[in-house]
Amino acid sequence: MAVDRAFVGRAFPPSEPYRVGREKVREFALAVGEGASVCHDLDAARAAGHPDLVAPPTFGVVFTMPLMEALLRDPAFGWDYARMVHGDQAFTLHRPVHAGDELVAVLHVDDLRSRAGSLMLTLRCEVTDTAGAPVLTSTSLMVTAEAPDVPAAEPAASGVPA
Amino acid sequence: MTDALAVGDALPPLSLQVTRAGLVRYAAASGDLNPIHWSDRVAGSVGLPGVIAHGMLTMALAGRLVTSWTGDPSAVVGYGARFTRPVVVPDDDEGVALELTGTVKGIDDAPADDPAAGRVATVLITASVDGKTVLGRATARVRLPA
Repeated sequence: MAVDRAFVGRAFPPSEPYRVGREKVREFALAVGEGASVCHDLDAARAAGHPDLVAPPTFGVVFTMPLMEALLRDPAFGWDYARMVHGDQAFTLHRPVHAGDELVAVLHVDDLRSRAGSLMLTLRCEVTDTAGAPVLTSTSLMVTAEAPDVPAAEPAASGVPA
Repeated sequence: MTDALAVGDALPPLSLQVTRAGLVRYAAASGDLNPIHWSDRVAGSVGLPGVIAHGMLTMALAGRLVTSWTGDPSAVVGYGARFTRPVVVPDDDEGVALELTGTVKGIDDAPADDPAAGRVATVLITASVDGKTVLGRATARVRLPA
């Protein structure tokens, strides 16, 4: 099963709005050990000028990863999910994510390259509020084996299984 | 922290323990339930030496070098990293130490049309376990207090 290159350049329909929960922000902050008061204490966040708790910088993964997973597990796309590694990840934060935000993500398939038996896929999620104002951009490089049915050499790209 | 900040300045280093319990907590908080992050059996079946940390957890932990420096996670305006080496987390109470250091690589002035935005520092973070780096080009851009 080969990957379907016709997906490259495609943008998917906007996701259902994701509501950032106050307790989810606290839970995520605790899980990454982020102790800043603006992530936990509503009074502190408001005193610092925020409308509600501030989500840690990588919080966007919580609601963007499921969109990417849906594509990567779609049999029509033909991606070898079992041997995938997450090659790199970048976030541009146009503003902080706050509890109470309702966020909409659009997944873009930006690029697909072959290199030494590996496929390197660049996915981008443009996240806005429900009025369309930009909130964050997430860019992910996913890597997998190019041809699942051919004995592959060592993966060319290093990375951590996602 | 930033009164006389200069390119080349080092951030205060940080050492964080990554434990199995921490992986389980992150799995739940992030929704990433991939069993290679909690099952030795599954991790071994895909050729890993054991359970490994989520790359996104390692990245988030490394980001704390910057947020603990500024004291303000909302000051981070950009953050990226390459996942270059798995962080194997042993099944014991201590876990593994993630050693973090960072250097200011650049300081950009506020845009002329938005002076209130403040200056932005670019920080290169080094994250290592047992002396080997586990992230590549880990770079955070952080807004500095006016």
